[in-house]
Amino acid sequence: MIEIQKLYLLVPLAPLVGALIAGFFGRLIGTVWSHRVAIIMMLVCLAASITIFTDVSKGNIYNGSVYTWMTAGVTNFEIGFLIDQLSATMMVVVSFVSLMVHIYTIGYMQGDPGYQRFFSYISLFTFAMLMLVMANNFLQLFFGWEAVGLVSYLLIGFWYTRPTAVYANLKAFLVNRVGDFGFLLGIGMVLMYFGTLDYVTVFAQAPQIATQTIEIIPGLPWMLMSVICILLFIGAMGKSAQFPLHVWLPDSMEGPTPISALIHAATMVTAGIFMVARMSPLFELSDTALTVMLVIGGITTLFMALVAIVQNDIKRVVAYSTLSQLGYMTVALGASAYSVAIFHLMTHAFFKAVLFLGAGSVIIAMHHEQDMRKMGGLKKYMPITYWTMFIAALANTGAPGLSGFFSKDSIIEAVYFAEIPGANFAYLCVLITVFVTAFYTFRMLFMTFHGSPHMDEHTKEHLHESPWVVTLPLIVLVIPAIGAGWLIESILFGDYFGNSIQIGLQHEAVAKMSAQFHGVWGMMSHTITTIPFWFLLGGIFTAWYFYMVKTDLPGKIKQVFGPVYTLLDRKYYIDEFYSWFFAGGARALGRGFWKYGDVKIIDGFFVNGAARIVVWIAMLIRRFQSGYIYHYAFTMIVGVFVLLSLWLYRT
Amino acid sequence: MLLGFPLLSLVIWLPIFIGILVFATGGDRNARLAKWLALAGSVLSLLVAIPLYAQFDSIMSGMQFIEYHAWIERFNVHYHLGVDGISMPLILLNCFITPLVVIAGWQVINNRVSQYMGAFLVMSGIVNGVFSSLDAILFYVFWEASLIPMFLIIGVWGGPNRVYAAIKFFLYTLMGSLLMLVAFIYLYNVSGGSFSILDYHKLPLPLAPQILIFIAFLLAFAVKVPMWPVHTWLPDAHVEAPTGGSIVLAAILLKLGGYGFLRFSLPIVPDASQYLSGMMIGLSLIAVVYIGLVALVQADMKKLIAYSSVSHMGFVTLGFFLFNAYGIEGAMVQMISHGFISGAMFLCVGVMYDRLHSRQISDYGGVANKMPIFSVFFMLFAMANAGLPGTSGFVGEFMVIMAAIKVNFWYAFFAATTLIFGAAYTLWMYKRVVFGAVASSKVEGLVDVTGREILILTILAAAVLWMGVYPLPLTEVMHATVDDLLAHLSRSKL
Repeated sequence: MIEIQKLYLLVPLAPLVGALIAGFFGRLIGTVWSHRVAIIMMLVCLAASITIFTDVSKGNIYNGSVYTWMTAGVTNFEIGFLIDQLSATMMVVVSFVSLMVHIYTIGYMQGDPGYQRFFSYISLFTFAMLMLVMANNFLQLFFGWEAVGLVSYLLIGFWYTRPTAVYANLKAFLVNRVGDFGFLLGIGMVLMYFGTLDYVTVFAQAPQIATQTIEIIPGLPWMLMSVICILLFIGAMGKSAQFPLHVWLPDSMEGPTPISALIHAATMVTAGIFMVARMSPLFELSDTALTVMLVIGGITTLFMALVAIVQNDIKRVVAYSTLSQLGYMTVALGASAYSVAIFHLMTHAFFKAVLFLGAGSVIIAMHHEQDMRKMGGLKKYMPITYWTMFIAALANTGAPGLSGFFSKDSIIEAVYFAEIPGANFAYLCVLITVFVTAFYTFRMLFMTFHGSPHMDEHTKEHLHESPWVVTLPLIVLVIPAIGAGWLIESILFGDYFGNSIQIGLQHEAVAKMSAQFHGVWGMMSHTITTIPFWFLLGGIFTAWYFYMVKTDLPGKIKQVFGPVYTLLDRKYYIDEFYSWFFAGGARALGRGFWKYGDVKIIDGFFVNGAARIVVWIAMLIRRFQSGYIYHYAFTMIVGVFVLLSLWLYRT
Repeated sequence: MLLGFPLLSLVIWLPIFIGILVFATGGDRNARLAKWLALAGSVLSLLVAIPLYAQFDSIMSGMQFIEYHAWIERFNVHYHLGVDGISMPLILLNCFITPLVVIAGWQVINNRVSQYMGAFLVMSGIVNGVFSSLDAILFYVFWEASLIPMFLIIGVWGGPNRVYAAIKFFLYTLMGSLLMLVAFIYLYNVSGGSFSILDYHKLPLPLAPQILIFIAFLLAFAVKVPMWPVHTWLPDAHVEAPTGGSIVLAAILLKLGGYGFLRFSLPIVPDASQYLSGMMIGLSLIAVVYIGLVALVQADMKKLIAYSSVSHMGFVTLGFFLFNAYGIEGAMVQMISHGFISGAMFLCVGVMYDRLHSRQISDYGGVANKMPIFSVFFMLFAMANAGLPGTSGFVGEFMVIMAAIKVNFWYAFFAATTLIFGAAYTLWMYKRVVFGAVASSKVEGLVDVTGREILILTILAAAVLWMGVYPLPLTEVMHATVDDLLAHLSRSKL
């Protein structure tokens, strides 16, 4: 028992050590030893995570402090771990995907001058992400939260000489900061009303203030719990790229592909989902917050999937797909189906990692060409990449039998059963998106791997399957992408999450699903009679028809629906609006304050004005000291005259 | 152990004495000697200051290491020294920064080396005197004396427009503090002939004179902090000051203002402080938001960091006037942390300036290609400046925001915008300076940091990270004093 607690510390520290060694001594020990050390540390981390996971599934839950970070007033701020089913699951997912990405990186980043730096960053990221999921209090959560943001910033801008990359990383950091702004205020509210930031204490006290109201705007009493939860959710919107804070994620594709898989698909972007699931005892007390999540999640799911249809950059298709899938998770959270959201988070981590890493494999083969219009027919050159991606793509669409099916179908069902406002809207969104997802996913597959090749001769001659360090992670990751779904029964309807997720009795979605659930085979046979399945087939068929049979059709449709196409292609003009309104507005305001407030008014009028007045008075007084004797004599005579007349007048 | 040993006197007079010795080495023929003597003196001063922390009794809220001697008996002025949980960390910060400044100027300053080094040592001693004086006149003497070395540093070793900046700095701050002297004389009369600051703390006063005294103090301290709208001397002074001057100005001299609020305004006129707290909070929030936006559009790196300083110091004054433990302790932490971070930021700009002789952002671009080690350090400090958790920059801001939300949600709302603005102006500058392809042949010729520069940057980086990961040792020494201050504030003096 005492030993297992030492393992807790080992889980985040091993990657940290790897990061420090690769970062500081990378040049000294060379590329090979840098990746060896980092990977060995990740193996240690994964082994420890799995050991802890098995221990937790025996019921050994741990909640304790590592050290006191700070004390202020009467509050202790601790760094500590809460190890339960939820965090243990996340630990395994994070360290597993991270290990695979570490291995993959050997192949992908070969010959890059920043090789060691890259390993250092991804190990550091793993450390930060693990600290985030293992936290037992809001403060440490925020620490991890910002630290993953930092590493994401560093990695998006990894190729720092590219203007697009350093633009994207600044944008990512700032948009995330907008989310963090809300998140920090939410944490502040928690601290104010609960007097502590410790999860367990806060959750235990939450029901007592469930009915309390506050007036942030005087005269408008709002439910305290709703305010807290929505503020926290704003943080999740930033990190998990929910509309309208989603704009940074597509641009983050400027980073190397391994991190797109690890950070911008499998782990970091799911931190928001994880956080809300972790806070389920709070969110359950606010139907308003749940409704907000349903609506935001619904919008993100559908509208981001639509954008994916018109993208031609293979990574951007996957990126918009990620946004849409994150929307699914958010919808699940809104439906109080936290376990379903985490389940989808898990399956998505596997199949989306395969899609990204597969895209990366394609990009290597294409000599860093990412435009799908210049690909085609790659299937015969890259069979492993093709088949792993094919399976992952099916999982992404939610084809029965694969992991994505179980988790996504559960989400759709959960929303169907949800009874709070917004559920109908969200249901509609997730339903339509099934069609859209199938369409864009297979459009990507067809354009890349099927049909006639469109690349130039030079590239075509050099086409070949990627080395084993690239394909091995694909194969290893595709196994859970197929199989993880089969755990549905224990994860969703069993006692898998124990007390780590709490659902209020009034929110019956999961309970109703549970009543209807008759095993995985039952779920699959039943699905044939449901709408999502036919939407899925329809989507795949349409993609096949458009991109394999009548290949001139998309062009015609583009012409007919010109404005709609442009709207999607420009991503609803949100980027343009933000950079005009927020970035431009802030700069204009700053310039105005500076030029007018500081320079003209304060310095020009007051400071230098005061100085000028002093000079002016001095000039005036100087005239009295002219140095001419007759001036002085005259002044004396005038003075005597005045004094005398005064004297005479008084007497 | 050293009971009765005049430790504080040593901390004040040792650097001044060695500073005078450095002056005495004469012209630039003995520059080497002057440098080594200055380094030895500053390190020695840091060493003698360490017992202040080591032997500090953090349970005790009152003054410690007290020294009390008659000075001008005719007016009841005493040489009265002592420190508490508020002043002790500031003295340590000051003693910590001085050796760094000496090393920073090692190869950069080539004319009048002895005067340059000596001025910093003398300044260090004087500032320690400000932080440990418990007699109003003694305080005032040190307070005004601290202007002289900085005036000379800017005026002699500064940039092209140094004379304007030096005079603006001097007059601005001198004007502010004159009314403070008037307030002291008033308090002397009311208290029946005492200049003891601790006596003033207990002195009952009606509201009207309290408000007048508050305003007199406010002018003195607000200029130093500097608070909006009396901040315009700072960007000018920073732009013209040599790197060492900027470091001391930002890291130490601004703290005199913050310290003044804690030592004088709050305890001497608590009712006026409460009465006017709305105004103070308003001014602080303007500093955070308005100045944050102004920083965004600066083209000169030093100006940008100077404005960022003003914005961050807004958190200090905000924290003070929220009247709760998070706020005051957070403001204290922010002062110390800002000392490290702004010092480091100015140092980073100095490192680049020494090589390229430009502070304009547009003259740079792609520095990371040529100065990778430097870029790592600069990244760390930029992130600290943006308040990233794990660095000291987060701790103070976090505490003050937590304090603000207790008082009013909107205070916290506006304060928290620094999360966005702080990151925006710092990282945007970083992006334009460090990232990208090599922008010009000048940048192409840059060489990475030297061992000497790495040494200073490493020390500052360690301080920034240590305070971010484990701020407990710092906050611990403040608790008793801050609790006492809060209890004192809650009792009306009317």
